[in-house]
Order: sequence, then structure tokens, then C-alpha cells
Amino acid sequence: MKYLNEFRNSEIAKNILNEIKKTVTRPWTIMEVCGGQTHSLVKNGILDMLPKEIAMVHGPGCPVCVTPLHLIDKAVYLAEKEGVIMCSFGDMLRVPGSRKSLLEAKAGGADVRILYSPLEAIRIAQQNPDREVVFFAVGFETTAPANALAVLHAKKLGLKNFSLLVSHVLVPPAIENVMEDVDSHIDAFLLAGHVCSIMGYWEYYPLAEKFKIPLIVTGFEPIDLLQGILMAVKQLEEGRYEVENQYTRAVTEEGNIPAQEIIFEVFEVTDQVWRGMELIPNSGYKIKDKYADFDAVKKFKVDIQEAEENQKCLAGEIMKGIIKPYQCPAFGKECTPENPLGAPMVSSEGACAAYYHFSDMLRPEMLDLNKIKSKS
Amino acid sequence: MKNKKTEFPCPEPDFDFPVITLAHGSGGKLTNKLLDGGVFKRLKNDFLDLRHDGAILHLEGQTAFSTDSFVINPVFFPGGNIGELAVNGTVNDVAMCGGIPQYLSLSFIIEEGLPVKDFWKILCSIEHAAREAGVFVVTGDTKVVDKGKGDKIFINTTGLGKIHPKANISPNRIEPGDKIILSNHIAAHSIAILSIREGLTFETEIESDTTNLNHVIKDLLDKFGADIKFFRDPTRGGVATVLNETAQQTGLGIDIISENIPVLPQVKAACEMLGLDPLYSANEGVFIAIVKPEIADKMVHFLHQNPKTAKAAVLGEVTADHPGKVLMNTTLGGRRVVHMPVGEQLPRIC
Repeated sequence: MKYLNEFRNSEIAKNILNEIKKTVTRPWTIMEVCGGQTHSLVKNGILDMLPKEIAMVHGPGCPVCVTPLHLIDKAVYLAEKEGVIMCSFGDMLRVPGSRKSLLEAKAGGADVRILYSPLEAIRIAQQNPDREVVFFAVGFETTAPANALAVLHAKKLGLKNFSLLVSHVLVPPAIENVMEDVDSHIDAFLLAGHVCSIMGYWEYYPLAEKFKIPLIVTGFEPIDLLQGILMAVKQLEEGRYEVENQYTRAVTEEGNIPAQEIIFEVFEVTDQVWRGMELIPNSGYKIKDKYADFDAVKKFKVDIQEAEENQKCLAGEIMKGIIKPYQCPAFGKECTPENPLGAPMVSSEGACAAYYHFSDMLRPEMLDLNKIKSKS
Repeated sequence: MKNKKTEFPCPEPDFDFPVITLAHGSGGKLTNKLLDGGVFKRLKNDFLDLRHDGAILHLEGQTAFSTDSFVINPVFFPGGNIGELAVNGTVNDVAMCGGIPQYLSLSFIIEEGLPVKDFWKILCSIEHAAREAGVFVVTGDTKVVDKGKGDKIFINTTGLGKIHPKANISPNRIEPGDKIILSNHIAAHSIAILSIREGLTFETEIESDTTNLNHVIKDLLDKFGADIKFFRDPTRGGVATVLNETAQQTGLGIDIISENIPVLPQVKAACEMLGLDPLYSANEGVFIAIVKPEIADKMVHFLHQNPKTAKAAVLGEVTADHPGKVLMNTTLGGRRVVHMPVGEQLPRIC
């Protein structure tokens, strides 16, 4: 496949790995922000190929993982409501709410449908004028334009039976939150390439300056990740802290302006709770008042408060890179993909699931989880 | 897609009712109308002609016996329909035991309201698939359930077949050093179903790989006999599930090589786009063989002569290391665990 195979070439990978090895002189901790990057690092076995000086930690960039519990509960509540068709991206279905997951609601008779695009939900709304269609609009800046576009389409079509349950989160405030945590010890970030393809990377300049950290816009294929790591290591070794763009084939400094215009036509920035973390100021989107008819929470007057998380789940520390998934006492025991305590064990992009699925026996310290003491 | 099965003949049905109703399953006149005009007409053979409660068969020696129920949405999909799937699925399961499939039972559970034209089309494809596989449908049953109590049509088939005289298929015979062979490219069935179910369109149509494997299995057993230790067809759960089950069952490890996994480019592209892993995707016309190392290359060469197995490849080998686990060498030179899947694969957000 053009533009994929080139970025999976083992010869090129070897060369970059050699250059990383030649460049690195001391230990560095690098966080890949996006769950898609975590997935790719683990799936391709890259973590085990890196020199031991480089520790990769997995960031909060998994939309499934950070969607707050009360929104899952709201989704379940709406799904179980008479006449509602609840539409969602696939991997939201297994995420446990405080009562149940959407998949369990579906098993109980709720009409829950897996879609690939919010625009499909528009079609379903047109085909089912006597039903209410709710799309669970989850994601980072990447999925925001399509969700906003769905609202604009619905308005243009005069649809009265379509709404969004919004849980949008933003990357820059999350990075700031991670850096301000006293327990975190991140030296550099690989920024989420797809988020930057929409938003550009100008908004990261203040972060590089404030925390004196390198931030590298990075893609998702093995060569992208290795190159991103090399760029970060070079900056660290040379004492630079800049925003650099590895993912030049998809990302420009200013981003996708028409997409941004659509986002800000429909959404405005708001405070947002991140599951496993806390409320982060200005870290999410909500639907503007002028599109309130398309806001499912307002439309159905959903009043569900934040429920108590399972205390055994250390997802927050894992997503801030304070501990590794296998350092959580519940990992692989009480918490497995079949029976997840927290969201990072659900999505294939979640750090816990990625470790569970792909690399649980490749590092000797993972073989006996009992010997590992959690830092918390 | 290459190897597309040619369309089989399906004349116009001879029914004077448009849809199947509860009355067609009640055992009375309408049932007879449905059976005479449909099942008995299309699947005619000496066994069915007796119209008895069951079939009287003559079997000698070791016999393979397998049953499977087919529930699929949509019932018609690119490259096939539930009818041929129900025949091929059971035929293949019997073949995987080293059996030569001979007889099938066939049971329908029909949701009322199914257009009789659809039922007819499914029957035609059953007839065609049974003829291609060389099996007889010797007994069966038809029930109709209330609207909403089923999903258009469910089919159960059970198959019987004599064990090939040279076959000695048993997971207990698997040893370290044995080679793992995959018979053809994978994941096409899963993606074909998904594309219809989710209304996805691709530049090239991706078709299900549903086909019978009994003839190629027989040819392999004729030629390589007991040097073949194990056959399985990776249907639901895909190749990863079969390999994990085999590793756990034998207490041995399995090493596979990522580069050797045959996947059609268009299927690979669809999997990339949807965030699905071909290793966990269902197949309906592929088998895995575990064989003595010395015959592996010869067998792959032999398989390449047959269009149904034109992309056969040595996927990896059995090892005494990491018992119960499947490891994959990635294209990049790293290694990762190939886990047992948990539930259905769910497409990722981004």
C-alpha cells in the first residue's frame, strides 16, 4: 500500500534505530500522547527495540479512556430510553459505566448501532423520522470537524430527531496538566499527528517555552514513531526545546483551516472532566447555545452526576505516565479486557489493553506481576 | 477479486405465495407446498425421496461427525449467501477432522415474513454448494417462528464422512519443529460482511472467500498422509484464535512471521482503515495445517497449483519455547504476543 509500506520498512527502521543509539547518552522519558501511537509502538514490537536509555510512557490520548464516567452513564440512559437509536463508534461499546456498558444495554434490548461516521447517523435519522437518533460524539480534535459537520447538515436538512452526546477533549490542556503533576517526569512529547492535522501545531509553542520540553508532531507508522523519537532525543541531547514536525506529509503549522471553522461554528471551549484524571480547565468542547437543539443532554434533560470510580483502577496514574500498566496491582488479574475495571483496558488504543494484548511476556519483569510494587 | 465462483443457475421459483408465514411451519398442507416446491425439488436424491423421518445410512469404520449453526446478517453478501455458507462450513469441519464428507442434515428456522424468493435463492445455492462438495442432503427440518423471534433465516447443518484411510489428524501429534501452513489469503469474509452490514463501499468489491475445502484436503491426504498432523479452519475469531487454542491445547509455543501472512491488498487496506486486525478476522475458505517440517515446502508448492489455495504460505513453526503462547516476529524486526481475542473486534475511533 502506497504511503504505508514505505513507513514500515525494516531497513529504514534499523538505520533510524542505529542513529537513536548513537545519539543517546543518558536516560530520557518520552510520552507519546496518542493511543494510536501506543498501539503502533506495542504492536510493532518497537518498545523492545529501543535502547534501554529511552523509556516510552503512554499518554492520555485515548478518547475512549478519558471519556468521563457520567457520559457513559448518560449514553446508557439515552440508549435505554424508548424510541432512541444510540449511535456510537465501535470501541465505546465495551467501556464500563457505573451501572453497565452500552454493549450490555444493547444486550438488554436497547437499539445501539456501531457507526464509522456521524454522517451515517444523519442518514439513520432521515430513515427513521419517528425515532430519536443520538450520536455519541467522542474524541479529540480529530473527530470534532465531522461531528460539527453532522450538526450543520442536520440543521440544513431541518432534522428534528438528531442530536449529539458530546464528549470532546483537547490535547494542549492535557499536556499542561501532565507536566504540572509533581509525580510526572516527562522529558519530551510525541504529539498526536492526526490532532495536529486538524489544529496545526502553533498552539504548542507556549508549552515548549513554559516547560522547556521538546514537542514533536509525530505520525503513527513505525518509521514515523522512530523518527519522532530520534528528533526528540536529538533535541534533548542538544539541550533544545522546540516544536518540530515529523509528520510533514499530513500536518502544517496552521492546520486545516476550513475544518477549524466548522468546529468553532458549532462548538465552544469548555471545562471538561477526564476519566481517571480530574477536571481540566478549557480542555473540551460543548455545543454552542445556537445549536442547543442538537445537544442531547439539553434536549432530553439528562441529569446524571459523576459516579464513583472503582478505586482499584489506577488509570489516571497510567495515563499521566506515572506508572506503567503492568505496575497496577489489578493489571491482568482483576482487570482484563474481558472484565475491564477501567477504560484503558477496553480500547485497543488504551495503554493497558495494548500491553495486555501485545507485550505481556516480552519483558522479564512482567512475568511475575506480584513482584512489582505499584508506586501509588 | 480473483477466483470468483461463477454464478450458479437458479430458475424462477414455482410458488404461489410471496412470503413465508407461520402456517408454512405448522406441518400441514402449506408446509408440504413449501417443501415439495422447494427443498425436495432442489435437493432431490434417493434419501430424501423416501420422505421418512430420518435417513438410513450405511457407514463403516472411523467416521467424522460435525454440526454447526449459521446465523448471519446480512443473509446475502458479496461472494455468497447463508445457504452455501451452511453447506461449506460443515463440509469443511468434517474435512478438518480428516474426513471425506458424504452426508448432510439441513434444518431451517425461518422468521415469518421471509420473501419466498430469498428462500428459493438460498435453496439454489445450497443445491449448488452440495453438488460442488459432492455431498447429499439426506434429512432435514423446517420451522417458522414469529416475526421478531429470529433474524430472517437460521440454518443448522450436520455432516458425516468417513475418515480418509491415510489420515491421522490429532493435536497430540504436534511437536516442536513442525511447520504451520496457511492455505490462502485471510480476512476477506469478515470484511465482505462488514462492508454490507455497515454500508461501506470500497473501490474494489471485496468478496467472501466461502468455499468447500474437502477436495483439496483429500488431495493433500492422498499425497502427504500422516505427515499432516493437524487441520483447522480459522472461521470465527480468525487465525489468531486457532493458533492460541492449539498452543494452549498442546502446551507448546507457536512462532509466526508477520511478513508471511497472506492478505489481499484491498482487504489489508480496509482493515487498516477500520482498525481491524486480519489475524482476528473470520474466514470461510481457509485452513491451517500443521505438518512435519520436511514436507512443508512441497505442500505449499502443491497448494499453489489449486486456485483455492493459490496464496498458501508457511506461516511459522511450533516451538518448545514460550509454551501456550503465540509470538509474532513483526516486519520491523520486533516481537509481540498474538493474544486470544476478547469478544468481537470493534472498530476504533480514529
